[in-house]
Amino acid sequence: MAENVRPRVRVPKTAAAGEVITIKSLISHKMESGQRKDGDGNVIPRSIINRFVCAFNGETVIDVTLEAAVSTNPFFEFEAVVPEAGDFSFTWYDDDGSVYEETKSVAIA
Amino acid sequence: MAFTRRKMLILGSASFATATLVGLPAFASLTDDAIIAITGGAETSDAGITLTAPEIAENGNTVPVEVSAPGATSIALFASGNPTPSVATFNFGPLAGSQTGATRIRLAKTQDVVAIATMPDGSFLRASVTVKVTIGGCGG
Amino acid sequence: MKLQNAIAAAAILSFAGTMGFAQTDNELTVEGQLISTEAAAPAHMENVGTVYSGWRFRSEETQAMQTDDFDNSGFVFVDDGLALMASVDGSEGKSCASCHEDAEEFAGLKAQMPRVNDSGELETLEDLVNTCRTERMGAEPWKYNGSQMAAVTAVIGLQSRGMPVDVAIDGAAESFWERGKDLYYARVGQLDLSCANCHEDNYGTMIRADHLSQGQINGFPTYRLKNAKLNTVHSRFSGCMKNVRAEPYAIGSDEFKALELYLASRGTGLSVETPSIRN
Repeated sequence: MAENVRPRVRVPKTAAAGEVITIKSLISHKMESGQRKDGDGNVIPRSIINRFVCAFNGETVIDVTLEAAVSTNPFFEFEAVVPEAGDFSFTWYDDDGSVYEETKSVAIA
Repeated sequence: MAFTRRKMLILGSASFATATLVGLPAFASLTDDAIIAITGGAETSDAGITLTAPEIAENGNTVPVEVSAPGATSIALFASGNPTPSVATFNFGPLAGSQTGATRIRLAKTQDVVAIATMPDGSFLRASVTVKVTIGGCGG
Repeated sequence: MKLQNAIAAAAILSFAGTMGFAQTDNELTVEGQLISTEAAAPAHMENVGTVYSGWRFRSEETQAMQTDDFDNSGFVFVDDGLALMASVDGSEGKSCASCHEDAEEFAGLKAQMPRVNDSGELETLEDLVNTCRTERMGAEPWKYNGSQMAAVTAVIGLQSRGMPVDVAIDGAAESFWERGKDLYYARVGQLDLSCANCHEDNYGTMIRADHLSQGQINGFPTYRLKNAKLNTVHSRFSGCMKNVRAEPYAIGSDEFKALELYLASRGTGLSVETPSIRN
């Protein structure tokens, strides 16, 4: 597990049934591109978040494939439909095999 | 073209070596190849897709981009001037509120950012924006 | 109104024979709170009529990142800082939170730093943190400009966000302030430039493709797009000195603390913006 990886998501606490809401996600990650060299001239191996998935009650909202050109601390903003009360799950997949997860509940108002 | 993908990649590498020596633009072929890998060479339309990126990026390390293609099943982003052109692919699920995604990307130099949307009917949309990447004042 | 201010300021500047400037007139609101990004220059600044936050010199995309605490990547490090402040370290079995239950008690502190302590020393926020660590927690001091220090000083600084910078420059502080002023106007390095040559004489103009700011420090520690992390003010000083091909003073040195006091005083009236976003 990479050091200091901290997921953050912003989801409204409530929504009307069927409402489209805006979601923002950010995870602290260095996104080492594999293009850089260390002080001795050796290539620093690639180490990135390569996939990010947001789902609501098990149904996919967005599934993103990331390459090394996504900036440090990957940020995403997108929209989701909230058909009913439930949980948004957010999952980030690291090159090193680590998986970071976050969940946010939404109530129907 | 009789070239295979593998040959194209080798050619890309070779053109990089040459370009590094003589300063010619490289990698256009890599981006084209990556796009053909999605579209199979089919025609693309530029209607129904919006790609938003700054005309001038203050720092190439963090360039905000947003892409929207109503109805698309997926949208792939490419940075034509990066050593590896692929940036990210947004695959939209049944609960996507819109076929829109925004993120922040790295651009190695002034270049075109290209978005290719795949539509459910098998057609493709393409948008392209030139982003000038500036060189910092002092340290770069 | 903003535009009129800017035009008035421009008139003063051109009267003073200074280069014109082209910072934006945008107003900064963060989480519903208006942040003052310009103020009438304090009386001690003879060559500048209005002081502007570095935020005003950035592109709209960079500016936008600071208007929302979620879009502001500096908050990743604020979260780190909060976790550090809650974790026990050292021989006394204490964390920051053992004495400082709620970081909110630090409201107003950043706006007054650096300041002269009871022993007559000029101390910075970093000094306060390390004094707590060594004397009260029995812990090792953190590296002055390391990631832990940047994260914790960002949490403390954030509590003063929106409050006007207001450092004491008279009395016991005066000699430190004078030293800082001397350093600000001293030409250094192979390029033979002082801070003032760029940040007082030429702010608003372009240095290659970059927009020169007044070099204000009200937003530190600041998240820079360039290195995607929080940067401490002494690291920035060091970077600037290297850019003019000078041998930088040491991080945490008396010189940099004096310069920090003087620069803070040049931003009197600007809101604390910690953690700001810069390029």
